Amino acid sequence: MTGIPFLSLAIWVPIVGGLLALATGSDRNASAARFVALFFALAGLVVSIPLYTGFDVTTSAMQFVESYAWIPRFNIYYALGVDGISVLFVLLNSFITLIVVIAGWEVIQVKVAQYMAGFLIMSGLINGIFSALDGVLFYVFFEASLIPLFIIIGVWGGPNRVYAAIKFFLYTLAGSLLMLIALLYLFMESGGSFNILDWHQLKLGMDAQTLIFWAFLASFAVKIPMFPVHTWLPDAHVEAPTGGSIVLAAIGLKLGAYGFLRFSLPIAPDASQAFAPLIITLSLIAVIYIGFVALVQTDMKKLVAYSSISHMGFVTLGFFIFNPLGMEGALVQMISHGFVSGAMFACIGVLYDRMHSRQIADYGGVVNVMPKFAALFMLFSMANSGLPATSGFVGEFMVALGAVQFNFWVGFAAATTLIVGAAYTLWMYKRVVFGAITNHHVSELTDINNREFVFLAILAVCVLVMGIYPFPVTEVMHASVNDLLKHVAASKL
Amino acid sequence: MTGMQKLYLLVPLAPLFGAIVAGLFGKVVGRAGAHTVTILGVAVSFVSSLFVFQDVQAGNAFNGTLYTWATSGGLTFEVGFLIDTLTVMMMLVVTFVSLMVHIYTIGYMSEDPGYQRFFSYISLFTFSMLMLVMSNNFLQLFFGWEAVGLVSYLLIGFWYTRPTAIFANMKAFLVNRVGDFGFLLGIGLVAAYAGTLNYAEVFAKADSLVAMTVPATGWPLMTAICIGLFIGAMGKSAQVPLHVWLPDSMEGPTPISALIHAATMVTAGIFMVARMSPLFELSETALSFVLVIGATTALFMGFLGIVQNDIKRVVAYSTLSQLGYMTVALGVSAYSAAVFHLMTHAFFKALLFLGAGSVIIGMHHDQDMRNMGGLWKYMPVTWITSLLGSLALIGFPFLSGFYSKDMIIEAVKLSHLPGSGYAYFCVIVGVFVTAFYSFRMYFLVFHGEERFGKAHDDHHAHDDGHAKAEAHADGHDDHHDDHADEHHHGLAPGQKPHESPWVVTVPLALLAIPSVIVGYLTVEPMLFGGFFDKVIHMSEAHGVMHELGEEFHGAAAMAIHGLTSLPFALAMAGVVLAYLFYMVAPAIPAAIMRTFKPLHTLLENKYYFDRFNELVFAGGARLLGRGLWKFGDQALIDGMVVNGSAKFVGFIAQLSKLFQSGHIYQYAFSMIIGVFILLTFWFNRG
Repeated sequence: MTGIPFLSLAIWVPIVGGLLALATGSDRNASAARFVALFFALAGLVVSIPLYTGFDVTTSAMQFVESYAWIPRFNIYYALGVDGISVLFVLLNSFITLIVVIAGWEVIQVKVAQYMAGFLIMSGLINGIFSALDGVLFYVFFEASLIPLFIIIGVWGGPNRVYAAIKFFLYTLAGSLLMLIALLYLFMESGGSFNILDWHQLKLGMDAQTLIFWAFLASFAVKIPMFPVHTWLPDAHVEAPTGGSIVLAAIGLKLGAYGFLRFSLPIAPDASQAFAPLIITLSLIAVIYIGFVALVQTDMKKLVAYSSISHMGFVTLGFFIFNPLGMEGALVQMISHGFVSGAMFACIGVLYDRMHSRQIADYGGVVNVMPKFAALFMLFSMANSGLPATSGFVGEFMVALGAVQFNFWVGFAAATTLIVGAAYTLWMYKRVVFGAITNHHVSELTDINNREFVFLAILAVCVLVMGIYPFPVTEVMHASVNDLLKHVAASKL
Repeated sequence: MTGMQKLYLLVPLAPLFGAIVAGLFGKVVGRAGAHTVTILGVAVSFVSSLFVFQDVQAGNAFNGTLYTWATSGGLTFEVGFLIDTLTVMMMLVVTFVSLMVHIYTIGYMSEDPGYQRFFSYISLFTFSMLMLVMSNNFLQLFFGWEAVGLVSYLLIGFWYTRPTAIFANMKAFLVNRVGDFGFLLGIGLVAAYAGTLNYAEVFAKADSLVAMTVPATGWPLMTAICIGLFIGAMGKSAQVPLHVWLPDSMEGPTPISALIHAATMVTAGIFMVARMSPLFELSETALSFVLVIGATTALFMGFLGIVQNDIKRVVAYSTLSQLGYMTVALGVSAYSAAVFHLMTHAFFKALLFLGAGSVIIGMHHDQDMRNMGGLWKYMPVTWITSLLGSLALIGFPFLSGFYSKDMIIEAVKLSHLPGSGYAYFCVIVGVFVTAFYSFRMYFLVFHGEERFGKAHDDHHAHDDGHAKAEAHADGHDDHHDDHADEHHHGLAPGQKPHESPWVVTVPLALLAIPSVIVGYLTVEPMLFGGFFDKVIHMSEAHGVMHELGEEFHGAAAMAIHGLTSLPFALAMAGVVLAYLFYMVAPAIPAAIMRTFKPLHTLLENKYYFDRFNELVFAGGARLLGRGLWKFGDQALIDGMVVNGSAKFVGFIAQLSKLFQSGHIYQYAFSMIIGVFILLTFWFNRG
């Protein structure tokens, strides 16, 4: 370890960049804001890379640890660290930030500085969530990261953004408060510690565990989102600008899932075991029910939003079957979903920028005028359907194998996604891209420009490389996942 | 890495390289560049496979890992090769047919704007198929399995502006996904209970798995695994009831119908089951299931071939029926016979398809056999090669199809498995049916009255089923023909068909050679010479191939004996009947059609499988989705819970608003009331 605080850099480089972008002021300096944002997004990714290259895969201990007293009176620390579970998400987040900056480059023409700043600041805060080892620090990052997203949807969003924002607010409010109470309770019980790792070792009775489990569930289930608290997501996606959708899908949905692994499972292992059947049921409902709902959507963004919920069902399923295949598959699925859903929303954004419509019925025959786009969109659609040699396959396959190992019928239900997932994705693709040109708006479309090609191609490479050689991704997580599973298997009672 | 291992690697990578160059740099390399690089890639692959074959013949086999794909929970997922006699036979078949199809494509697709893309796809297919057959583990098998499905999807929808094509490709993908669903569960059970995905390791553990049952279901583990895997095979190899995608896949260009939907991809399921023989041998239930499904496919899909008028669809149904024969062979543990038929079928069916394609070129993209007739005069090479292909298909003694099909029939006859009686009936009646529809096609196309070059409006108005077939044919032409607005396609009045260019006829000739001789040459070494001894496992109880071996006295003797056998008589009866019906007295079939109208309608509607699926599965899924969305998400969750809680908050706010009226006297009044209440409590506290 070199002693360079890479985690702090990963958090603060984008935030400083965001503030600098804000400082460029009005839209007269828009291009300055763009280049500042690009530079700092790139810098944010560069400082995140050593987290992977310097990562020791043999240990489940926290690495790149930093700890400074923040509010000593309450034992609150600025404590950071990553393990095999969180390190990949810091990288993913820094990467997606770069993609979003490129994706919004010339698409956003009003309040450019603020738009770019919003994403950069959010990126720093999210890196904070994934690396915080202190309960309060986590909570601050967790709640603060919502503000930029609210602003992004609220300012650059669609016509119905207020409804979407309020819906989201109603959903998150209760969860956040309950989580805060749980954090305070843990502070008391642990004799005045906000250290998350201390909490992992804390002995708790079944009643306390149950309450804590539900308090965290209330918060995390909304973020993932799990059935039946998922209905905010399609509305939020529909109203969000493309960049907002990309971050929301690629990173935002992972926060809740990450919370399960960092809080619910290790702090309340017995309650987690006890409520596993419930979570598994809800996950399977998400996979199947939401899959059918996605099938009949008429709005592309809603369709992909529902497909995200369905894919996240695989993630929660993987967590709660408590075997390494399931959990690692779920983590891989989270990373892959970051690429694939991000790319799907980016593709829809490319179409929306040209046609100003997300309705499937307004399209048809796009391949005739946008062949390059059609090829890339095909790749991402196939990844969304879990085709082997794309990243979408890896996680689904591992979770499915883990599920069969856990219980044949659970595996059976989960595997239906092979059919339903392919059905809704390919049916949409067929109606939008294939066929003869349906109207003169489509005939006037122009194929993707170099900028669009670049970010879609980068995502395509990620999707393919991870599908063909996921070893580097799974390798990182073994020690931490095995440790976590061992921890969950040991009763705290 | 030894030299031989490098050669193994070269076999799949050479076509992949071609596919990448033609696909990504198609504009740079141009049309000639694209076909040169892909043909070269496949040729390298074929030649390398020949060397590998020589090496395997010398007794060398290989089972090794290329790289570790991922590890998790004690499972190691790997990409690796298993090179043995079964693999190398498949490698030869795939690369040879692929090479022929590549060359043929130069002629067939010469006017298509998607020329480079097409070459890229077929090379990519070759790569995927090779990865599938060369795999040494279930993961890579599944990779190849899905990858060939993807390329099939892309190629069926190659003419993407045609509604029928893009419907057919989605249907193909989704029906295959139904099969993959079972396949994945089968693989999942293997992973869960054998703890490895490597073939050799799984086979080594197979005996210890037999006694186990699947918890939560009570099913015998081995039966569950085998049926799961076989459901995958039913999708890929188009067995009833997952066969519905294959006839529609004819929407794709003809070269891929030959390569993918006849010779290679659709046989992946057969190959897979043969590869898994050590597992299937351990479950008689699974074998019986395989047997009955195969027999049903063999006979009932053959019937459908009789009523088709589209030349490609006749060949498609014939493919379905032949795949059924192979599956039957698997069911009676005659794996080597199944694989043998797979090989001979690959040659003669690719030949028949490419012949049909040649006819289609000659007919200016008219596929309706009722507009053909007498083509022998104009297309001699196509005529002769198609005749040879048809004879091979019906199992004419000495031709390749005879050896493989007769072997299957004999094997079924000897089997004692539950369902083998039914299967024997199916395969024996199937011989007659095959001969009848094959020669119906042959006579309609190559002999009799020259019906082309006439206005064929009368055919359009035939009846519903025909009109539908016409719509398909018309859909085909709309895109391919430059004069898309012209109503009639095919030959204009007075125009004559013409023989296809050499790039088309040479592959026909080259495929005709193995269609004729490969059976005679290889029946003995492949089936009774121990070629598959170390690869295909047959338990003592299912010794049909062993019994057949005792009766076998050489290829020539078998053919001569075949001349006096029941199958040969049935085949000849089929040919003669076809001759009577379509050459001598065309009024007879029309009369039969009228007399047995309901039966004919049933066949024309393909037993109503499509309509049933459309209504129940596709319609049901949409209905369910809409119901869940409107009722569950919108009414229940959003309407009642989310907006309900918002309304509830609003209601409380309305109530509390009453207390904040802003009037001092109301506040003062409530304060006084409050003071009184408090005082009351205070006085009464004792």
